[in-house]
Amino acid sequence: MTGDHVPARARLWLFALGFLVIAFLVLPVLIVIPISFSDSSLLEFPPRVWSLRWYRVLFGSLEWRDAAWMSVKVAVLTTLVATPIGTAAAYGIHVGGFRLAGVLRLLVLAPLLVPVILTAIGLFYLYALLGLNNTLTGLVLAHTMLALPFVVLSVAAGLRGYDMAQERVARSLGASWPRAFRSITLPQIKLSVLSGALLAFISSFDEVIVAFFISGGEMATLPRKMFSALRDQIEPTIAAISTILVALSIAIVAMIAVIRPPAERD
Amino acid sequence: MNEAGLLADARREQAMLAGLATPAFLILGVLLFIPVGWLFFLSVVGPDGYTFENYRRMVVEPAYLSVFRTTFELSLLVTVLAVLLGYPLSYMLVKLPPRTAAICLTLVLVPFWTALLVRTYAWLVLLQRHGVVNTLLARWGLIETPLALVYNFTGTVIGMLHVMIPFLVLPLYANMRAIDRDYVRAAASLGASPTAAFWRVYLPLTMPGLTAGTVMVFVICLGFYVAPQFLGGGRVTTISMKIQQNVATYFDWGAASSLGVVLFVITITLLWGISRLARSHRLTGLGP
Repeated sequence: MTGDHVPARARLWLFALGFLVIAFLVLPVLIVIPISFSDSSLLEFPPRVWSLRWYRVLFGSLEWRDAAWMSVKVAVLTTLVATPIGTAAAYGIHVGGFRLAGVLRLLVLAPLLVPVILTAIGLFYLYALLGLNNTLTGLVLAHTMLALPFVVLSVAAGLRGYDMAQERVARSLGASWPRAFRSITLPQIKLSVLSGALLAFISSFDEVIVAFFISGGEMATLPRKMFSALRDQIEPTIAAISTILVALSIAIVAMIAVIRPPAERD
Repeated sequence: MNEAGLLADARREQAMLAGLATPAFLILGVLLFIPVGWLFFLSVVGPDGYTFENYRRMVVEPAYLSVFRTTFELSLLVTVLAVLLGYPLSYMLVKLPPRTAAICLTLVLVPFWTALLVRTYAWLVLLQRHGVVNTLLARWGLIETPLALVYNFTGTVIGMLHVMIPFLVLPLYANMRAIDRDYVRAAASLGASPTAAFWRVYLPLTMPGLTAGTVMVFVICLGFYVAPQFLGGGRVTTISMKIQQNVATYFDWGAASSLGVVLFVITITLLWGISRLARSHRLTGLGP
């Protein structure tokens, strides 16, 4: 244990700075919680009187409820569409060993490489021609495209750690290809598929820039609605939504910690 | 079964596997490659045929030049600050006992998974004139008049930094964890002071993760839209915001597209450069 020690004084500074940075990352996210339980319409901290006033406003508002419901619908449908399509693509590219596999892998990442604003105005232009702006179908298709890289990357990582010979053995023993995949391969890569699905869900649920262009009015998603609301005023209703979303994100982090196979943990 | 039969079988399998990948590429093609390709086309056509007017304007008009300058200054500053704060954080994570490190890493990830608009809103609450930070500073007697922390360049930098630190920490921490401690021990046993061992042995070993993280942070910063839109208070205009204005306010698709194309080309060039660098690191055995 000797030799790679950081000297005690340097260590103290390092840890002090490190924990300050963690505080900088975490505290701002948590600040919305007390603000949301305040009775005042000013954003006071700490609140002088506690109440559920802003939650009542939030749940009483048809517009916010519609937006939340819209976001859930879009994110669930996106997950249901992107997960099988992305998994199939990852499997096809991985097993196929095509000459252009490298190019295909790069092309799948394109939604992450093209600046979102460019994707957004491109989709807006295309949807104007196809009549898909302000439709559920349009949103789900767009979010599916944006979510594909997450699913493909996640499943491809799972397949790299999996010995394809097992599937070939099952098939040589008479199992059909789909059956061999379903009963031998899928169970072993299911955690990768699951985390891909989770990423697809979150990427859709949080997506704001594309939604800003191609959805609005009754078809607005929650981030889209928050975007407009933030422009107008910053009242504590948004703190109440934010608190719910923060709780959701903490639940997701906990879920990921559980999903990750023990081998990847410390 | 004869050879021809096996070959036909193999070809059928290949065709099926290609078929499996088709839906994904169909979606990417129709929803991304065609529209973005169309925007590329729009950026070079004018009312009378092909023109480079949209690109010429970027180089000569001060309004455009200042948008580029703002975007690069912002991205550079945020990247430097992210390195200065993210490096010690990652270093601390590898020095902590595994269980504590796991908890800290989870804390780093909570903002990472929190919706961008929630974080932006949180910063508005914290930094505005009568916001939490100013209130607390005044109560503790540290300031007399509220500081202008938001609706300007400062607020934008703070908001973006908060988003970007995890993007630097994740690749860097992965790199640091893969480093064999024996290297630093060897340096110490050969008489290097801890400071020298850090600067001359440890830091170079973390370069692959640091470069990857730095370039990624810089590239993502270049495309920022939400944070400058809300925290900049109209004083900060990034390339992405200019693109949005061109489309929504002026319906100038050519101008918007050409800006988008430039942003795209810069992004791809930087990422391509970093992947080349990563490959050479691997060749020289420096990579993780």
